[in-house]
Amino acid sequence: MNSTTLAVRHSSPGSWLTDLFWNKPGLFIFCLLLPPLLWLGIIYIGSLFTLLLHSFFSIDEFSGLIRYEFTLKTYAELLSPANFDVILRTILMACAVTLAAALIAFPIAYYAARYANQKMKALFYLGVMLPLWSSYLVKIYAWKLILAKQGIVNWVVEGTGATFLLNSVLSLPVVGGNSLAVSYIGTFIVLLYVWLPFMILPVQASLERIPESLLEASGDLGAAPKQTFRLVILPLALPGVIAGSIFTFSLTMGDFIVPQIIGSSRRFIGQAVYAHQGTAGNIPLAAAFAVVPIVVMIIYLYFAKKRGAFDAL
Amino acid sequence: MHFRKRASLGLKASAVCGLAFLHLPILLIFLYAFTTEDKSYQFPPPGLTLKWFGVTWNRPDVWASLQLSLEVAAVSTLLALILGTLCAAAVSRAKFFGREAISLLVILPIALPGIITGISLRSAYNILDIPFSTFTIILGHATFCVVVVYNNAIARFRRMSGSMIEASFDLGATGFQTFRYVVLPNLATALLAGGMLAFALSFDEVIVTTFTAGQQQTLPIWMLEELVRPRQRPVTNVVAMVVVMVTFLPILGAYYLTRDTSASRN
Repeated sequence: MNSTTLAVRHSSPGSWLTDLFWNKPGLFIFCLLLPPLLWLGIIYIGSLFTLLLHSFFSIDEFSGLIRYEFTLKTYAELLSPANFDVILRTILMACAVTLAAALIAFPIAYYAARYANQKMKALFYLGVMLPLWSSYLVKIYAWKLILAKQGIVNWVVEGTGATFLLNSVLSLPVVGGNSLAVSYIGTFIVLLYVWLPFMILPVQASLERIPESLLEASGDLGAAPKQTFRLVILPLALPGVIAGSIFTFSLTMGDFIVPQIIGSSRRFIGQAVYAHQGTAGNIPLAAAFAVVPIVVMIIYLYFAKKRGAFDAL
Repeated sequence: MHFRKRASLGLKASAVCGLAFLHLPILLIFLYAFTTEDKSYQFPPPGLTLKWFGVTWNRPDVWASLQLSLEVAAVSTLLALILGTLCAAAVSRAKFFGREAISLLVILPIALPGIITGISLRSAYNILDIPFSTFTIILGHATFCVVVVYNNAIARFRRMSGSMIEASFDLGATGFQTFRYVVLPNLATALLAGGMLAFALSFDEVIVTTFTAGQQQTLPIWMLEELVRPRQRPVTNVVAMVVVMVTFLPILGAYYLTRDTSASRN
């Protein structure tokens, strides 16, 4: 069949190439893949590799220049109490944000997946997509306005006479502070706000995939709605929650702008990376710090894959 | 059929509260752009005025960073369109060894936190002694924009039936003709949507850019500076509002173009 059609084709300039690719589809795929693979391979994987390389170098204490020799000294520095605190603090914050995001996302996703009609569904989808895609900095800026000394939160608190409530929250050890804008609570709220939409979409997708008949069967077999929810819906929605948690966890762990603008002066991993590579010029230590989220994410992804979260992406 | 057909009040309330939590802060930006107060973030605003729009209009630094942002976003989007489409075409057309690895490779730049991409590029520029320039910014942006185009394109490629392309060849079209008259028209809206999202992503990006920009200021870098050390609050308020409106348009556009495939960033 091919030979007859090929014979009909006129000898236009590109036709020999067409014939070549038609006869050798593997070559065609190879040519398609070559530019993107070269780009991502050289620029992205290449730079990741130099990052890894840098983390095995060290900084000369006297000259402040990078000594390009293999050493584990920089990694040992990570384990110093001050630096280890930074890592622990970041991971705890990422866990807290992820848990809170799952709790807030679930009702939104559940309503959109099970009760919303076609029109409402579109509205919900846009309602999640718009905040997800709108400017990251503007979102943080909005919270700076909200949490400012003369901002809306203090206005509401003073107006309703809830000052004592806010004060008692702020007087909590560790998480509290002089005001919301300089406390862990503030950092937590803004991180939650910024990354929440990434949790909603995968949860909703996994809930939508649960067939109606399964829930009906559960009811027919005598399960109360609560039991159906706990024993049928939750386990089936879990991969979606884990898929969403990959985003919230990873993005929180790498964020250095939110804690810099809203939060106490205690550093997170991202801030440490940024500070060390900047004026200090200590790229090796910055690189070693950056390897931590990569390792944590690799472990996280391994367990997420085991729970089937990748099919829910 | 014991399962409720209607949502309970508690569920409805928590869904609505969740969505309100996502939207109210952004709406606040619109109010602050008109406030007469210029020394603090006072709420409620003591008065409303339009004068800051004029002030912002006459600021050369805002225009300069806006221009750089638009340039970077345009070039990065173009590069991402080419690379993302090629990659999607290859991955969707055939099953071959390492297909999964390629999908992972494309997704990695946004799956890993931006700071990793940023510090990686920074350390590569350091080793290779590449000075910071517009080019170094674009290199980073194009890398994480590929995935957006890829996701949109691959969803469309999967819906497109291979028999159409075969028919085109059987009727004597060359590869170029088939691409121009069969593949491209089918792909166009998906590419437009992917391109718009890539543009919005690049236009807004700040984390990677802080590592690759040197002395140059894109609009997000300009905003970050204002966030850390507020100097001209009213101008920042206006810029924030304009940025919200500028990024909303491509998102809405992309949504309407891909409604039926429901392709998205995730």
